[in-house]
Amino acid sequence: MKSRIAPYLQSAPAMLWLALFFIVPLLAIVSISLMTGNSIDGYTLTWNFAVFPDALNEYSAQLGRSFLYGGISTALALIAMYPVAYWIAFHGGRRKSIFLFLLLLPFLVSFIIRILTWQFILSDEGIVLGTLKDIGILGENAHILSTPVAVITGLTYDALPWMALPIYVALEKIDRDLVEAAGDLYASGYQQFRRIILPLSAPGIYAGILLVGIANIGDYLSAQILGGPSTTMIGNIIQTEYVQNGDYPVASALSLMLMAALLLCVFVYARVFGTRTIQEYA
Amino acid sequence: MESKDIRGDQAWIRGMTQPRLSRRQVMKGAAGAALSLGLAQFIAACGLPGTKDTGWTAGTDWNAWWRDQQKNGSLNFASWPLYIDTDGGKHPSLEKFTKKTGIDVTYSPVIQDNASFFSQISPVLQNGQSIGYDLIVMSNGWQLTQLMQNKWLIPLDHSRMPNFQKYAGTVATNLAYDPHQTYCAVWQAGVTAIAYDEKQVDGPVDSIEILFDPKYKGKIGMLSDPDELGTAGLLALGINPQTSTYADWQKAADLLTKQRDDGLVRQYYDNSYIKALEDGDLAVTQAYSGDVFQAQNSGYPNLKFVIPKQGGVIWRDNMVIPYHADNPVDAIEWINFAYEPGIAALIADWVNYICPVPAAKPIIADQLDDPTVANSPLVFPSEKELKRLKEYPVTETLKTHEEWVGLFNPIIQS
Repeated sequence: MKSRIAPYLQSAPAMLWLALFFIVPLLAIVSISLMTGNSIDGYTLTWNFAVFPDALNEYSAQLGRSFLYGGISTALALIAMYPVAYWIAFHGGRRKSIFLFLLLLPFLVSFIIRILTWQFILSDEGIVLGTLKDIGILGENAHILSTPVAVITGLTYDALPWMALPIYVALEKIDRDLVEAAGDLYASGYQQFRRIILPLSAPGIYAGILLVGIANIGDYLSAQILGGPSTTMIGNIIQTEYVQNGDYPVASALSLMLMAALLLCVFVYARVFGTRTIQEYA
Repeated sequence: MESKDIRGDQAWIRGMTQPRLSRRQVMKGAAGAALSLGLAQFIAACGLPGTKDTGWTAGTDWNAWWRDQQKNGSLNFASWPLYIDTDGGKHPSLEKFTKKTGIDVTYSPVIQDNASFFSQISPVLQNGQSIGYDLIVMSNGWQLTQLMQNKWLIPLDHSRMPNFQKYAGTVATNLAYDPHQTYCAVWQAGVTAIAYDEKQVDGPVDSIEILFDPKYKGKIGMLSDPDELGTAGLLALGINPQTSTYADWQKAADLLTKQRDDGLVRQYYDNSYIKALEDGDLAVTQAYSGDVFQAQNSGYPNLKFVIPKQGGVIWRDNMVIPYHADNPVDAIEWINFAYEPGIAALIADWVNYICPVPAAKPIIADQLDDPTVANSPLVFPSEKELKRLKEYPVTETLKTHEEWVGLFNPIIQS
């Protein structure tokens, strides 16, 4: 008997934690989303399921845009950081930890300051655009700030270490003898990478995409600080509905739909790419 | 391949003959059912209480209440960033106050915008608790209206504010949203109008129509506060915001939607518009008077602020004492102190917004030796100039507020 309940007792703290900080808040959000009323008279539960189609209808553009920007920025971060992680893992030598520290160093600075710095870098007469305009590459009216490009730049930049770290860990774990053996068996450099290193680093890529994608799709600060009149993301809408309009049901419904959409993506993603690689390599 | 008859399989027989549900499974199922039942009840029972009837009750004898209050020697003052005289990290006006009254002031510049600060304090006030601040600064607008309507503010005891009686100018006494200054003592006021960059715009500018001029496509800044955006649309149509109707608002929303769809608007800005203007990202923008005045004096003389012929909008930031404040007497002593011309001069000379105390003008000119500020119509506007300024539509009900926000928010967040 003792041995039977032991696993349950051992997992009890985790279960309690989940119940307290995940299930209860989630249920609260579900119930609030189904309420109607206003901030003065209060909200009562009326099982108003219409809030979901209504909110979706009204904000589908912003929801779609969030997935578009989140997807693009995740892909860019992957393309940018895989070589970096690869280089540190395979060629970093004894200074690996220094390189990793340098990678993380900018991220010890407050998030807001980093985004504001991009505002400075990308401003119309700033160091990038001003120079390009002076040498005649860009027209006088060209601008990046307040466009989707600026928002995606901010999202990508913020994702860099979260993409690099899991990929680095996966690459670091690879048994170098496997790569060497492939070379001994006349695999070309490309074949070694394609057949050995890339598949073995797949769990890292998988984790990186999840970490970055979920965070970026729900982000609102990049759009707020770097965006323009048509770059509003779903996070901005949720924030406005909650803070400015006090419309808790709509804010909750949008949060839930965002969460459901993300879960669906993660599920499909796991079915297509995840399970195979994780079962094979984890 | 040999096929196997599963009916001869021991495991199959065992599986078919033994009870399907073990005791533990039943227990687990029951617990699960109880849990989900409990949760269903939890969901059904809970509603969110409203703010109605959570303030002080009608008929409270405030004269008696004030008589019972005592000075405690400390004051927690919440305000906005860069909104009080500052010298080497200290605030001379507050130090003088402490010296004179013995009241220690904890000054917290924590208010970034009205809506988010309100969303932080309203759950606390709704629970009938002290928010930890004895004095807060709120702009006139829907959040301040709610604070007043919910009876979440303590009515001021004007007998304790002799300086206010004596020195308050019309900026502080002619309040559409609080006609008798029951709750509000103006901290500073300001004008929302137009700022432009002389390098990019051929001045002089005299009409708000410049915000809709295709010549400046993509170089026009609008404010992301729906109150500011909507009033700009109304002024451009020649409508007085204060007396405007829902039909007018719809027309303004149409105009502003077209402005956005034509690509004229670069962005809907919070306070960051001033940086964009300084950086040259904007040619012309909606702007707050004090920001432009400060920018002009810090290396951007090319920036100009104009109140167009259609008028600018005047807003006021008000000192109010939240209900349940721990140190109301200390708070009202500070209000009185801030209306002393010498103190008002110190503050206005630093923040450069409209000073509620006209008598501070000669002090800034002579004693502080700063004629630029003293003679600025943006700090001490004449009565004639004040008459050209318009008031926001006063939002009295949630319905009106929702109508307004429902028209202008979708433009900002498209």
